[in-house]
Amino acid sequence: MLGIVGTVPDPEFPLVHGRPRLVGDHIRIDGRSIAVQRCTPALLAAALSASETMGGPDIYAFLVGDIGRGDGSRKLYRFLTEHLPEFDIRVLAFHYLQPDVDWHARVLFATHAMPRQPILIADAGFMYAAKMSGQSGSYDFFTPDVGELAFLADELAPHPFYTRGFVLHQDNKVPDLIRQAHAHGNAATHLLVKGATDFIAHEGRVMATVAHPCLDAMEAIGGTGDSLTGLLAALCGAGFGRIDAAVLAAQANRWAGSLAAPTPATQMVELIDKIPQALSSLLLDQPDQKRIEHGGS
Amino acid sequence: MFENTSEVIQAENMLKKAGWPVRVMGPPPEIRTGCDLVIVFPLIEELNILRELDRAGAAPLQVVPVTAPLLAPVDLFQTKDFGDYLMVRAANMKITVAKDSLKIVNISGGGCPDVPYLAQAMIGKSLAEAPRPRELGHTLCGYALELAYEELLRRC
Repeated sequence: MLGIVGTVPDPEFPLVHGRPRLVGDHIRIDGRSIAVQRCTPALLAAALSASETMGGPDIYAFLVGDIGRGDGSRKLYRFLTEHLPEFDIRVLAFHYLQPDVDWHARVLFATHAMPRQPILIADAGFMYAAKMSGQSGSYDFFTPDVGELAFLADELAPHPFYTRGFVLHQDNKVPDLIRQAHAHGNAATHLLVKGATDFIAHEGRVMATVAHPCLDAMEAIGGTGDSLTGLLAALCGAGFGRIDAAVLAAQANRWAGSLAAPTPATQMVELIDKIPQALSSLLLDQPDQKRIEHGGS
Repeated sequence: MFENTSEVIQAENMLKKAGWPVRVMGPPPEIRTGCDLVIVFPLIEELNILRELDRAGAAPLQVVPVTAPLLAPVDLFQTKDFGDYLMVRAANMKITVAKDSLKIVNISGGGCPDVPYLAQAMIGKSLAEAPRPRELGHTLCGYALELAYEELLRRC
């Protein structure tokens, strides 16, 4: 089972957990409906779409409303701390949550008490908290964009907002930034760096890149990074090795974008619609992509 | 130091309007919690500034003296011209407008939960009509979006 943890932009949305469904441009969970726009709902929609295309994995979501005050995130952190050990989850992806070092540590500790150690993926606010807490190495994947990679590489920055200029200027030196992030202990064992070229790295070394098709407009569209993380989580949950999953996710996300013929004004839901077509073509074209059991790199 | 970033933004606006030489910076490492900003002011003005904040109902959580340099917010902007659209990035936040109508067509990046909330409130509106990120945002990502928004205003 794949677990997805994140927030929705509605202060009235209560803490819910359960099996979500993608119905048109909405996610249904626990009798509630969430529009797929960007951030965690986009990640969830991409994962659901991929799961339906591949015939699994099952997806379980932990969601709460939060508009940046952190109250919802703290409620969810508390719930996870108390209940994660009850869930048998193969891959656990953390997403848009208010970065909080103390709660991050408690949640990470709770994952150690789960029936089996899941593959841990951190993106967005939870990745910021993981880096700030100095426990990046506990994660199997971080999925930063190039700007966030600079933040990971800057050993002093507690948030991308404080990334120092000389590090930010290295935008075109992704492999160097990957090495720096790893050397300072601020990278997960694997990185999937989203950008004009997507970089997949293991222990500070670039293992693969994906650059085709390249669509400039994708950078402007809110949610394209979220869908990539959702695809990665679904592919890891389906049993693909980590590097294969990352390469396939990057390819599928790009082809979904290409099929949508996007402009900078395109909305994420138009790309989500194209995931089944993009992913099934890739799976047909690359029959040698191996699904390996939990633990492969 | 304040409860959250939106309180910092309010206090900053108020103190700057009153003419105080304040700056917004990153907190010292020993009091960081995760998504923080602090207001820095000359120590000699502590009583005056606290009185002013108190009067406005914006008293800080704590005041600490600092001697080591503090982290400064990002001040680099990257602009990308897509022809009909213009995108500005500040730190981890990007905002894109249609050049002819100045309508906000997309907001991307970020990692804090006010990002989707701000995007929901701003996309589809013109730069002039849209609510300011500093009014609705609560986090450093919201603050970064405000900086990108201001840069866009300067350029359009």
